[in-house]
Amino acid sequence: MNLSDQREIAAERQTVWDAILKPEVLKACIPGCEELTGSPEDGFEAVVVQKVGPVKAKFKGEVTISDVVEGESLRLSGQGKGGPAGFASGSADVRLSDIDGGTLLEYDVDAKVGGKLAQLGSRIIDGFAKKLAGQFFERFQEGLEPELEEVAEVADQKETKKGWIGRMFKS
Amino acid sequence: MPDGGIGAPTKRREDTRFLTGRGKYTDDFTPQNTSYCAFARSQVANGKINSVDMSAAAEMPGVLATFTGEDFVEVGGNPAGWAIVSRDGEPMKEPKRPVLAHGKVRHVGDAYAAVVAETLEQALDAVEAIEADIEELDAVIDMASAVAGSGSLVHDEIETNTCFDWGWIEDNRAATDEAIKAAPHVTTLELVNNRLVPNALEPRASIGEYDPGTGDYKLTTTSQNPHLSRLLIAAFVLGIPENKLTVLAPDVGGGFGSKIYHYSEEALVLAAAKKLGRPVKWTATRTESFLADAHGRDHVTKIELATEKDGTFIAFRTETMANVGAYLSNFATVTPTFLHGTLMAGNYTVPNVYVNVKAVFTNTAPVDAYRGAGRPEATYSLERVIDKCARELGMDPVEIRRKNFIKKDQYPYASAAGLEYDSGDYDALMDGLEKTADLAGFEARRAESAKNGKLRGLGINAYIEACGIAPSNLVGILGARVGLYDAATVRVNPTGNISVMVGAHSHGQGHETAFPQIVADMLGVDALSVDIVHGDTSKIPFGMGTYGSRSLAVCGSAVFRATEKIIVKATAIAAHMLEDKPENIEFNDGVFSIKGTNKNVGFGDVALKAYIPHDYPIEELEPGLEETAFYDPANFTYPSGAYASEVEVDPETGKVTICSMVALDDFGVVVNPMIVTGQVQGGLAQGIGQALLENSVYDKNGQLLSGSLMDYAMPRADDLPNLVVDHSHATRCTHNPIGSKGCGEAGAIGSPPTIVNAVVDALVRGGHDVDHIDMPVSPSRVWAAMNK
Repeated sequence: MNLSDQREIAAERQTVWDAILKPEVLKACIPGCEELTGSPEDGFEAVVVQKVGPVKAKFKGEVTISDVVEGESLRLSGQGKGGPAGFASGSADVRLSDIDGGTLLEYDVDAKVGGKLAQLGSRIIDGFAKKLAGQFFERFQEGLEPELEEVAEVADQKETKKGWIGRMFKS
Repeated sequence: MPDGGIGAPTKRREDTRFLTGRGKYTDDFTPQNTSYCAFARSQVANGKINSVDMSAAAEMPGVLATFTGEDFVEVGGNPAGWAIVSRDGEPMKEPKRPVLAHGKVRHVGDAYAAVVAETLEQALDAVEAIEADIEELDAVIDMASAVAGSGSLVHDEIETNTCFDWGWIEDNRAATDEAIKAAPHVTTLELVNNRLVPNALEPRASIGEYDPGTGDYKLTTTSQNPHLSRLLIAAFVLGIPENKLTVLAPDVGGGFGSKIYHYSEEALVLAAAKKLGRPVKWTATRTESFLADAHGRDHVTKIELATEKDGTFIAFRTETMANVGAYLSNFATVTPTFLHGTLMAGNYTVPNVYVNVKAVFTNTAPVDAYRGAGRPEATYSLERVIDKCARELGMDPVEIRRKNFIKKDQYPYASAAGLEYDSGDYDALMDGLEKTADLAGFEARRAESAKNGKLRGLGINAYIEACGIAPSNLVGILGARVGLYDAATVRVNPTGNISVMVGAHSHGQGHETAFPQIVADMLGVDALSVDIVHGDTSKIPFGMGTYGSRSLAVCGSAVFRATEKIIVKATAIAAHMLEDKPENIEFNDGVFSIKGTNKNVGFGDVALKAYIPHDYPIEELEPGLEETAFYDPANFTYPSGAYASEVEVDPETGKVTICSMVALDDFGVVVNPMIVTGQVQGGLAQGIGQALLENSVYDKNGQLLSGSLMDYAMPRADDLPNLVVDHSHATRCTHNPIGSKGCGEAGAIGSPPTIVNAVVDALVRGGHDVDHIDMPVSPSRVWAAMNK
């Protein structure tokens, strides 16, 4: 299945770019991600737990980053094997561009599933993949944007406003 | 007719155990010390097996043995039962079908490893511990691209995805082409015969046993055809001597074709039992049934019908692509050819018929015979294009069929597709249909439906099928690698009751009730004193199994012939007892008497005498009363029928409701009308399932999307109308001794085109420009056709 969407993120393009290459960020944004280790250069190893319809499984797999155009675009690819539950794989082509007030993040996702996931879950898999991709980029966006109450909180202070990803970078 | 003889609507005696939970199915057997087998199955449709590491699995608790494709490299493959020759004279491509995949996996569900453990749970856990490195390759799914050969190959070694390119009858090709070119009217239709999953209630199961003391093997398995499994395992797959292998098929919970064939799991449990010296059991999960049972149908067809302006048929020309899946299942090559192409003249006096079938390998489960096997595909193509043609010519669908029917004084009739129909009366069936289905009252019912906002349509259909497969000399010429007779032994016990060992296997057909009716009728004894023995190769003489509506016509005829021999022998014994010559003895209603006298002796006394031959003339008369007959028919049998259905389409949603389904069939002589009615009803339900609900769908990567009963829609009681079944318009089969033709598949053959004809009729009458909707005619497809 294929799906495309976009998000406007209230953060500078370089900030967004740096964030997307961070394993901690990926781990926090991938729904159900229990472990994620590695680096953008060598690829990541991930453990993700997900429930698709009647099938719940722990997927062990790899996430790789390729087709990198520094600061502009990259491809995130992942594939995971869930043992008897089957397998899932997918890629997201991500493009960043400047807009007023921040960065436009556009993505095209191509996902496929196999094994029991396909046999039992195909009725719901399109909606499920859309939801997962949405959750990923929503968390990513939220992580980069300061939350409203935080904005109020830090308004008096001199410190730069940051979302949780920003704090992650700082620490 | 004695009570319970031929023609009696006796209740099925086997239902006592089935309805009270006392049936004994393969999985109900657990020999002492049984171990359990589970399979590792491919999750990709096409993949290169780089390695299968069983070491971790072998270390798992309770694991007794592990197997991979490597273990079976030296043994044979599971062969196709028919050799088809392509139009250019080349033999069909027949890649090896190994016990476990080796080198490549070729469909989702293709087994590449197996584990045997103390418990089923341990075996399943160990399968999860198998470390397989299988590299996914591009899958071949769509038949058109498979044939075009632009992408991957299912089998690299044969260098093509086309198994064969078959023409029937090739010598008629030019004449058919010419006739179509010159015809005043040609109707063309492209259609899909949807892929189905058989979904027997009981999944497949097999138990292998080996006795190291005797060297004997025993396979208990869900089979419609135990002798074929024994033959294939012995002669092709494992090389076990046939006399050392017993195959048992106990109660089997439905087959519909899917259990005709030998499957790899049967060979695996036998090999494992030998290795371990313990019984090994495997029972399929429902998921495994979806993935690894042979599927049915899956044809893509273009059919042309050339006619005169008055609707007289001139020619049928068909081009079909038939999916055979990833490997050739045992009947996969005969189903789309001789069970399909030879029927493409239908019930009609059409002079020209030509059929081209390309069989195509794809990365999907094997496809093979499923209830009707080729004949539903033929009937669907013919009866859909005839309906379209009638509409184009402004003719009534009954009128166009009647105009072209073979008439009852034309038998035997040599059809343009190469068969000789022995008997039939299609006009009588259509007369009966017009009355029983009240076709004259349709307009009034349509008006009533219209008042309720529903579009009502009427579908008409006529079919013929070829059943009772045999004859061996003909099927041999056509490429069969086996003979297709059947066998029976009638054993009269000393106390006069009778055991009949039959080659046909009963798994829903009611043989245990119907076959004794034949013997009872002939011997004048109570049917309940006759029992059949089936499904055990160690007890029955031989058998070619139950499929193709052949059991009564072929095996029943063997029972008839063996019983005739019993009468001859018993007459000789009676003559001895009555102190006269056999030629002076007559036998009626169970009593032997000297013609013209009141001197007589009953069948029971003769039976006892056969086994207590104190005063026998032993030079002339052998003790015992047991006879065997092998019966090989002279021809196929040709059941036929005329069906009508009325449907209502909801124009808001596209939902089709079947209002009526009327089936008139000519099955020749009916032995048990109640069983026949049930067989037709079951067939109708399956045909309606295909027409409205069922569809097996693979995505472009070869993942089975309809892989569960949540995703694959089986018909339920509330999808079905009251099914009106009538088999009173019978013409006798002229060449078998019972006069029967076969009834098991008829309903599934006749109903799909009837339903689709009715749905298209409803839409056209409702003002929609629709000439075809592919099955299943689901609400979304109907709605799309109305709103295109």
